[in-house]
Amino acid sequence: MVATGAVAGVGAALVAWPFISQMNPDAAVLALATIEVDLASVPEGQEITLKWRGNPLFVRHRTKKEIEAAKSVPIADLKDPDARNANLKSGDQATDVNRVVGGKEQFLVMMGVCTHLGCVPDANSSLKEFAVLEGSIKTGGWFCPCHGSQYDTAGRIRKGPAPENLAVPPYKYLSDTKIVVG
Amino acid sequence: MSGSSKYQPTSPVGKWFHERLPIVAFVKDHAMDFPTPKNLNYWWTFGGILAVMLVVQIITGIVLVMHYTPHVDFAFNSVEQIMRDVNYGWLIRYMHMNGASMFFIAVYIHMFRGMYFGSYKAPREVLWMIGVIIYLVMMATAFMGYVLPWGQMSFWGAKVITNLFSAIPFVGDFVTTWLWGGYSVDNPTLNRFFSLHYLLPFVLAGLVILHIWALHVPGNNNPTGIAVKGPQDTVPFHPYYTMKDGFAIVVFLIFYALFVFYGPNYMGDAVNYVPANPLSTPAHIKPEWYYLPFYAILRSIPDKLFGVIAMFSSILILLALPWLDTSRVRSGNYRPIFKGFFWVFVIVCIALGFIGSKPPEGSYVLWGRILTAYYFIHFIVILPLLGLLETPKPLPASISDDVLAKAKLA
Ligand code: HEM
Ligand code: FES
Repeated sequence: MVATGAVAGVGAALVAWPFISQMNPDAAVLALATIEVDLASVPEGQEITLKWRGNPLFVRHRTKKEIEAAKSVPIADLKDPDARNANLKSGDQATDVNRVVGGKEQFLVMMGVCTHLGCVPDANSSLKEFAVLEGSIKTGGWFCPCHGSQYDTAGRIRKGPAPENLAVPPYKYLSDTKIVVG
Repeated sequence: MSGSSKYQPTSPVGKWFHERLPIVAFVKDHAMDFPTPKNLNYWWTFGGILAVMLVVQIITGIVLVMHYTPHVDFAFNSVEQIMRDVNYGWLIRYMHMNGASMFFIAVYIHMFRGMYFGSYKAPREVLWMIGVIIYLVMMATAFMGYVLPWGQMSFWGAKVITNLFSAIPFVGDFVTTWLWGGYSVDNPTLNRFFSLHYLLPFVLAGLVILHIWALHVPGNNNPTGIAVKGPQDTVPFHPYYTMKDGFAIVVFLIFYALFVFYGPNYMGDAVNYVPANPLSTPAHIKPEWYYLPFYAILRSIPDKLFGVIAMFSSILILLALPWLDTSRVRSGNYRPIFKGFFWVFVIVCIALGFIGSKPPEGSYVLWGRILTAYYFIHFIVILPLLGLLETPKPLPASISDDVLAKAKLA
């Protein structure tokens, strides 16, 4: 009886697995496309949104002001001190330069997926001044319309329920102004 | 119970059949002769209303499936085609869409009824808990149904709600990827939601049978909350309650028809008539009205994991209600202080729903937090203490006594 039960139990577990696994991404989804982006087409102070792996990808050509605003924030003020940059080791600090690749701080490339529950944050472009006041952003950066998370001009979480900085996907420079994501 | 059935088949065919499948006796015992307290008021008719709404949803749903296409490129247009081209498609879709809201109106009244009259107390704890599970499955069903028309709210509602699982420590991201079948809500997600949206109403039907089984062991609670003492306290379900429930069902269906014909989109969100766009979130996303109180609780906690825990706890705490309420008196009619707190709780739930419909800014945030705190305090502090501190009013000797006393007053 015990042997029958044990065989039946193992059998049930083995059969259960395909039924669970079938829900994971299939081969077509996994064969994820890489995309090339020509950064020269993005004027300073502007941002484009592309689709990568079904999710929005932000490419922003930041102004000097935006970069300076981000650089002036002490790491101790950050809610998430990890760079969240797939091109660096995890645990690297979320300094402004660690949020980009190859030290090109003018081009911020990151997922437009709020780390709270996945909405697309809006760029605060209507507000002209980018400034970091009292350790929390008042203008500039990104605001998530869903539950009010606020990201600074380096896409780092500063206020609201989101736990992490906006993720920087794996990408590399093919030339001075061309990158490949994925 | 079917052992002592009053059903005695007289015809030879009836006898032959009864000996092989005593279903006629079963129906007679449970749907006709079942002894029911004679003092049930109209709050007790919502169980029957709910059963009717489940049938309405299943019939309209099966018809919608005959015209609906579960694919990200066609879903939105197929629903528009139902609305414009299919004969009476507009009617069937509006019946299904508003039917979901009516279903929730009825279930909320049904649940508050149980809370006021202490219907969750011994010996009805299992009956109550099956009810809570029915409510959870209903919410899952309606959530997946709302994704099917693939509008902006469908998409972003699905994204936000499935992302709740990403809050689970360590495995959260694997779980969401598994739920989606990809890296975001996409065609695989729509397909599986369609499959489950078709399945779950039938699971509900099964749960309803268990619910009624668990009801027919102790029998109905009643407005006095005291137990049935003998046949003088009851009347047979048919014709007394088949008529009373039937009347209430007709009135409820008229109310439902007013929405279907005169305000079919009143309870919906206009943004869902914009096709889904994965690259842009609408400015004010909010779930359907029936989820708003829980959405407000989620947003009131400024931490992802704890927000999700608070939201799920606010529903699961109902499972513990039979043990949190320490009073042995069931009916709120005999609990003067509880009665006040009950209505405060109802208002708090409605206020939470209002907060959930507002953007998370300014004083809405503060109010959301106060009301969330009160919601939990009601269950964890007020109910346990009240049972110990409150002096209930004297209970009538029997249901019959109470009915006769009221008749004299009138
Ligand atoms: C517990 C019962 C049910 C509830 C609460 C429910 C709820 C919903 C909701 C809220 C929608 C979205 C309506 C809209 O905004 O357009 C929907 C859509 C849909 N449901 Fe259901 N449903 C139920 C049962 C069923 C059943 C049994 C079927 C099929 C057999 C079904 C098939 C569909 C289809 C095809 C749609 C997409 C068409 C549309 O959006 O109108 N439903 N459901
Ligand atoms: S999804 Fe962005 S704050 Fe909730």
